[in-house]
Amino acid sequence: MSTKFVVSASPHVHSDFTTRNIMGMVILALLPAGVTGVYFLGLRSLAVIAACIIACVLSEWAWQKLTHAKSTLSDLSAVVTGLLLAYNLPPTIPLWMAVCGSIFAIIIVKQFYGGIGCNIVNPALAARAMMLISWPTAMTTWTINGISGATPLAAMKAGSQVNISLWNMFAGNMAGCIGETSSLLLILGGLYLIWEEVISWRIPVVYILTTAILASLFNHGGSALPLHESLTGGLLIGAFFMATDYTTSPMTAKGQYIYAFGCGLLTALIRTWGGYPEGVSFSILIMNVAVPLIDMHTEPRVLGAPKSNFFKRVHKEGAK
Amino acid sequence: MNLPTFLGGVHPPEGKALTENKAIEILRPEDSREFIYPLSQHIGAPCSPVVNKGDRVLAGQKIADTEAFVSAPIFSSVSGVVKDIAPRMTIAGSVDPCIIIQSDGKYEKAPSLLAQMYSGHKPKVADYVKMIRAAGIVGMGGACFPTHVKLSPPAGRVIKWVIVNAAECEPYLSCDNRLMIESPDEIIRGLGYALEIFPEAQGVIAIENNKPEAIRIMTERNKSSRIKIMPHTVKYPQGAEKMLIWSVTGQEIPEVPALPADVGCIILNTRTTWQICRTIEKGEPVTERVISVTGDAVNEPKNLQVPLGISVRELVNACGGFKEEPLKLIAGGPMMGLAMRSVDVPVVKGTSGILALTSRLAYIAEESACIRCGKCIESCPMHLEPTLLDHAVRRRDYATFEAHGGLNCIECGSCAYSCPASRHLTQSYKNGKAHVMAEKRKAAAAAKAKQEAKN
Repeated sequence: MSTKFVVSASPHVHSDFTTRNIMGMVILALLPAGVTGVYFLGLRSLAVIAACIIACVLSEWAWQKLTHAKSTLSDLSAVVTGLLLAYNLPPTIPLWMAVCGSIFAIIIVKQFYGGIGCNIVNPALAARAMMLISWPTAMTTWTINGISGATPLAAMKAGSQVNISLWNMFAGNMAGCIGETSSLLLILGGLYLIWEEVISWRIPVVYILTTAILASLFNHGGSALPLHESLTGGLLIGAFFMATDYTTSPMTAKGQYIYAFGCGLLTALIRTWGGYPEGVSFSILIMNVAVPLIDMHTEPRVLGAPKSNFFKRVHKEGAK
Repeated sequence: MNLPTFLGGVHPPEGKALTENKAIEILRPEDSREFIYPLSQHIGAPCSPVVNKGDRVLAGQKIADTEAFVSAPIFSSVSGVVKDIAPRMTIAGSVDPCIIIQSDGKYEKAPSLLAQMYSGHKPKVADYVKMIRAAGIVGMGGACFPTHVKLSPPAGRVIKWVIVNAAECEPYLSCDNRLMIESPDEIIRGLGYALEIFPEAQGVIAIENNKPEAIRIMTERNKSSRIKIMPHTVKYPQGAEKMLIWSVTGQEIPEVPALPADVGCIILNTRTTWQICRTIEKGEPVTERVISVTGDAVNEPKNLQVPLGISVRELVNACGGFKEEPLKLIAGGPMMGLAMRSVDVPVVKGTSGILALTSRLAYIAEESACIRCGKCIESCPMHLEPTLLDHAVRRRDYATFEAHGGLNCIECGSCAYSCPASRHLTQSYKNGKAHVMAEKRKAAAAAKAKQEAKN
């Protein structure tokens, strides 16, 4: 019988949930939508996806080599960033632009702030916003089956009739970014993540409902139905996969409701009165920045603490 | 079916199948060997020996005691000779003063406490607490808080509930489960005696729903209108004091340092309740306990009733030794138990389990950065924000730690269990709490010294 054992603080067992398998499940949930994107929008999409993933992974590797930091490649978070960025780009984007976006996402948005868990905005979304401002034409040129055309949202914005059937919107047969077109598969992927308890239902459900209801109330695009609003543009991918990014969303249930409502409100406002047809990226980015504030004001009440204690505590914090 | 429970918590793999159907076996070595009794087996003042080297002692004879109120005497579990009074390694891994008795294997009994104190008669209700103190009864779930202190609530507190904590929410352990199946009457009568002390109280035996046989037997045997058998949802840490009070009575215990008595509750461990019955009816002090010896590294997991002071090595041998080298040997359950350094340490009053886990179950994962997933917040039964507290402790910002309720942490381990980044969260709060408490003691001592200097 050996006399030596490992001594450490309790607990001595651990759930098999790890950062790596969370990221793995996110990738799995995203894959079907990407496959449809490639099917409807052409093989060029595959090249964009590959360019983004490779550029993200290499950027992370190079940065950690240069700064002598411990490599975090194995947690797969760089792959998720690359995948999400690619899904938010039009299939015709020049590859060098996609690579620039990837480097921006990983180096400037993620690593400059301290790497995984420390970035204040979603890297893929920030990169998309940067690209939209830097290369507006390339970022908003859509072609499907060789014919360029407006996205349904841009058409709605222009006040013209949307002539794409709901079924085509659902399946993904319409102009748009690589990963955002197939509503059906994005919803299935999102449900899978909720089922596996990777994400909670709170952010996607509140976000989508708020946008759909408010945009219809604002009478966006004349006759648009709530269903059109939810099925078009980046709302579904944004609500299920980007707004739910752990690092840049609130940690408490109460905070998540507020954050998701904020995202929905901003999206509806931008879609109706903003300069862009699409408002998901900017809405999420703005709400990302508000997360520390939301977190501070939604701290749960400690079991047994008096009900008013929370305000006192916030007050005390502020006074310090 | 909606059973009472609390908000938060986790569902670690139960591991109870290894021992839940194993009847309690009695292990009493009949050859001469060493039994070791640490002088501090409880929360409170350590005891001083009342025997000398070379004295002959009997089983059930008091060998150490103290005048302090928050303390409990210690009894020899065997007959034999006091071999030495010397420091030895204890189950917690520290080296503390112990009484070492060389047994003669005969288990010759000392006169019972009833014979000593009440010339064989049953004590009056007013004397129950005195008897319980004299028998050295402590909370036998692991915390080892002296039971007579619990049963003497501060003046002005009306006790409305006496709850037997038979949740046994720690994975792997099933000693309380077996005790309920094999001696339900003693537990019910033990609770009955506690209820006699508090005439206004309702008795509750709270059992997690994964022990259907125990629930059935206890419900069948319970004839008292003052006692209710209450099944609970299976969720860790259902058996934690604050969670149990919340789910049984719907009351929250105010923040530390409030006690269950402040909301009219007293919580007793299953074995403790059993012991109360034996003490009041037969005058038996605490000399034995039931221990689940289990884990995936043990050849033949068992529930053993053993004399206190016996070496853990004997327990492991009685279970056929290890089938595989364990990575960790744990006193208690896997969520809150203590990792042991050696098998050559004695069993004490609070040892509820000996758990030998291989590296498949008890690996120490490398920490990575917090990804703010919020799993720890969801799982914290105290509704704290574990990741925030962890960051505060790591940057030595103890003021923030305290301001965000860090001292309320019950160290249940739910947050660290669920953390995907494998952060050693519970360890962090242990450090934080120890630091804040040490600072508080220092400040109190300084204030006292200043006051004295003034006088």
